[in-house]
Amino acid sequence: MRLLADLFLLIGAAFALLGALGLLRMPDTYNRIQAGTKAVTLGALSFILGIGLLYPEWWAKLLVIAGFILFTNPVGSSSIARAIHLAGIQPWQRASSDPLALKAPQEDKSA
Amino acid sequence: MTLNPLELIVAAMLGVAVLLGLLRLIFGPTAPDRIVSADTISVIITAGLTGLAAWFGSALYLDVALIYGILAFVGVVALARTIEGGRQ
Amino acid sequence: MDNISREPPLTLPHYLFIFATVYLLWLLLVGELSRQELILGGLVSLVVTLVSAPHLLIFGGVKLRIDAPLHLLRYLGYFFVALIRANLDMARRILSPSLPINPCMVEVETGLCSTLGRLMLANSITLTPGTLSVDVQENRILVHWVDASPGVDLEAATREIAAGFERHLGGFLR
Repeated sequence: MRLLADLFLLIGAAFALLGALGLLRMPDTYNRIQAGTKAVTLGALSFILGIGLLYPEWWAKLLVIAGFILFTNPVGSSSIARAIHLAGIQPWQRASSDPLALKAPQEDKSA
Repeated sequence: MTLNPLELIVAAMLGVAVLLGLLRLIFGPTAPDRIVSADTISVIITAGLTGLAAWFGSALYLDVALIYGILAFVGVVALARTIEGGRQ
Repeated sequence: MDNISREPPLTLPHYLFIFATVYLLWLLLVGELSRQELILGGLVSLVVTLVSAPHLLIFGGVKLRIDAPLHLLRYLGYFFVALIRANLDMARRILSPSLPINPCMVEVETGLCSTLGRLMLANSITLTPGTLSVDVQENRILVHWVDASPGVDLEAATREIAAGFERHLGGFLR
């Protein structure tokens, strides 16, 4: 049981690390939101599942925390995405992706 | 509960993840980027607090994790609404 | 927020549903089933329901039908598969040195008419492979794609994703 729990903890931490890495690597805010939200949500859920396997008597409160993360994390991410969309920020585009694109390719300012 | 080597690695990975998020928080470059990274860090820390509860063997930290998660969510949404700059 | 005020007023079954939800949350947080907790939780849930239900018009989007829990379970199963696929896909993109992303924006229409239904659909889209819902206006959801490969009909692909979730969500949300 402990080994299985450790496996889930490891998967959770790995996805949290991936999410943070994606946060650093992605070129614009929309993609950072994508990397941050998805990977970290699954990472946190897997980690909490691992804790639940270690301490089965805590399942009720862990379920509340997991459900809360699952429900609110996308809402928070979407509200940030909506804010930058309303501020008029266009998604980053690879310069060579489509020569006929109507939107001007936006340069990455983080370089 | 004592940590076995694998769990030490897990704890270290969570710590590195928070540090990577902090890099994005510090170097921006724009306000939304910082908010995204604050959101990400807060979720990692919420999960980390449940891990802390297991490490110390005290269910009290689960309540801390829950309240931390709620406050972080409210903060992120409030910050997002602030940079939105008025309704459409 | 003007589209919330157009929700229909809540009926008695919805009050009972809110009460059951609050009571369940109380029991999960307390974590024990002793008699005094059950009684106290019932009282607190009753007060909370009566005070806050007029402000929780969003719950009017729940379809209270006998087969709703079945649809909810099927939706959760479908959703978790999509979530895991999304993460493997995202992990591949983050870890490959060339960073294979090619973002663009697509709009998709939804048939769900309640606020709660649209909220859940937007949440689901955010956590599926390569998509992020940016804005919801009336019945249109603006979706950000991480990888718009040339030659792929994104409108159709987005509609397919939304339709997959709508089929399951439609069973328990309006």
